[in-house]
Amino acid sequence: MTMLSERQQMSYIASQAADARLNVELETEGMTLNIGPQHPATHGTLRIIARLDGEQVVWAEPSAGYMHRGYEKLTEVRTFPQVTALINRIDWLGSFANEVPFILAAEQLMDIEAPPRAQHIRTILFELSRIANVSLFLGDLGVQMGAVTPVFMAFRDREYVLNLIEGATGGRFHPNFDRIGGLKDDLPKGWLDETRQVMKKLRNFCDEIEDLLFGNEIFQSRTRGIGVIPADVARQYGLSGANLRASGVDWDLRRDQSLPLAYDKVDFRVWTHPDGDSWARCWIRLQEVREATKIVDQLIETLPPGPVMTKVPRIIKVPEGEAWVSTENPLGEMGYYVVSKGDLGPFRVKIRSASFNNISITPWVLKGVYVPDIITILASLYFILGDIDR
Amino acid sequence: MGLVDRGRLPAPLTKLFNIGRSYSMWVYQWGLACCAIEMGAAFGSPRYDVMRLGVIPLPASPRQADLVVVSGTVTDKMAPAVKRLYEQMPEPKYVISMGSCANCGGPYWDSYSVTKGVDQIVPVDVYVPGCPPRPEALLEGVVLLQQRIKHEDMGARWRGEGFKPIVRESEPIVVGGGPIE
Repeated sequence: MTMLSERQQMSYIASQAADARLNVELETEGMTLNIGPQHPATHGTLRIIARLDGEQVVWAEPSAGYMHRGYEKLTEVRTFPQVTALINRIDWLGSFANEVPFILAAEQLMDIEAPPRAQHIRTILFELSRIANVSLFLGDLGVQMGAVTPVFMAFRDREYVLNLIEGATGGRFHPNFDRIGGLKDDLPKGWLDETRQVMKKLRNFCDEIEDLLFGNEIFQSRTRGIGVIPADVARQYGLSGANLRASGVDWDLRRDQSLPLAYDKVDFRVWTHPDGDSWARCWIRLQEVREATKIVDQLIETLPPGPVMTKVPRIIKVPEGEAWVSTENPLGEMGYYVVSKGDLGPFRVKIRSASFNNISITPWVLKGVYVPDIITILASLYFILGDIDR
Repeated sequence: MGLVDRGRLPAPLTKLFNIGRSYSMWVYQWGLACCAIEMGAAFGSPRYDVMRLGVIPLPASPRQADLVVVSGTVTDKMAPAVKRLYEQMPEPKYVISMGSCANCGGPYWDSYSVTKGVDQIVPVDVYVPGCPPRPEALLEGVVLLQQRIKHEDMGARWRGEGFKPIVRESEPIVVGGGPIE
């Protein structure tokens, strides 16, 4: 284990003290606090049951399932193109990013590959949905700590990204644009110029948020050294994405994996942070939005010509086999294990969504923290309920 | 408000009260799924700005709200909480069902865990279709509800008898189905 900072040590001592306090003679009366299922800070309908000793949490557990919609069962009665429309809605903020791993898995089974232009546009839309997702996180972060201005800024600049996605795909929120073997359409005229301008706006938004929120003293004192997750614990609980990188683990599927996406053609930096506290997690995401804008800028400069769809049969039957494809989604690693028996639809789809694993660390990380910090820690862990419960 | 409770309010006064009520609705944001983000865009973003319609999206508790927007998938596990929330709201209260999931189950029409329509649990005044509806559609739903409130018999609503028009009969509103004027 790496050297612990002073803050990490204090957080560890506090959790040990909370454990020990149950055994001392002068035991105070505990209290069970129920947060949710509907709470402004839970991004949906997560319920947290916390047992308190005074102001300190001694035990906490998330109670998921309020948004369980039965995706895995529903995919068994849908055809392959229909599944795409369904899985859009798992992580509803970055919809297009949900489609890509499933489509890649189906393409792997059919042994076809999308043309280079389609791969490029897929990657662009993937990164745009990452920007749409994480920029709302940056705005929402302020709301959790009582600052309302950032959310207005986030909604203001997120609309530009949604307009881009709508211009390219026709869908503002759930595009359903990815097809097995390519994309539904090519990009419209003038889209690339508009994208360049919007990316500039988004970089300005990042600077604004960094000044306004990350430079704020109250924000810093509420997130620095709070909710520390060391690297080995993060690995054990299966965290992924920005939560893992904030603990100092250099792990990014965009860079480490060779999928038929255009990430190998761009130059981007994977940011890590050694602290592992709430502040690090938020900061990593801010940097990710910046990197995503740079990736989009590079990709639209090198967009190759050609078709956006390969030849696929009119009625898609996926041959028998199994495939596992996972990508680095805005929330972390998202993967689909697709089993096909040669029918119109998949025989079984196992969905590995990032938030479910990210939220599984809450009993560990909430132990010993104070009640107001529950909200900031949950906000910084950043989960989406559709992604937890599926 | 004894006059209102007994339903003996003179018609001109009812009209005046109705205008006042329709432009000071406090709306509780019951965000459940994807639609919650579009509702947030409609209610909390500078582009759509719901407050210009006389709707205040601020109450922190259903006990302070006149209108609730059920936005998103209501699952069977969540349904008791939705019911309880509705019962906590003071009369007169209105419900907007936002999105296909809350209207009828939407893409999860054959799912084992989704309640097919929030109108099985609470009475709905306005249905906003879409998956998710655009923020403009939600705003139109709000405007249609305001039109409806203006034609309402206040006494019936206060006694908890639901919508009774003072002008003409009217069904639940569906956005896109045309204005009720």
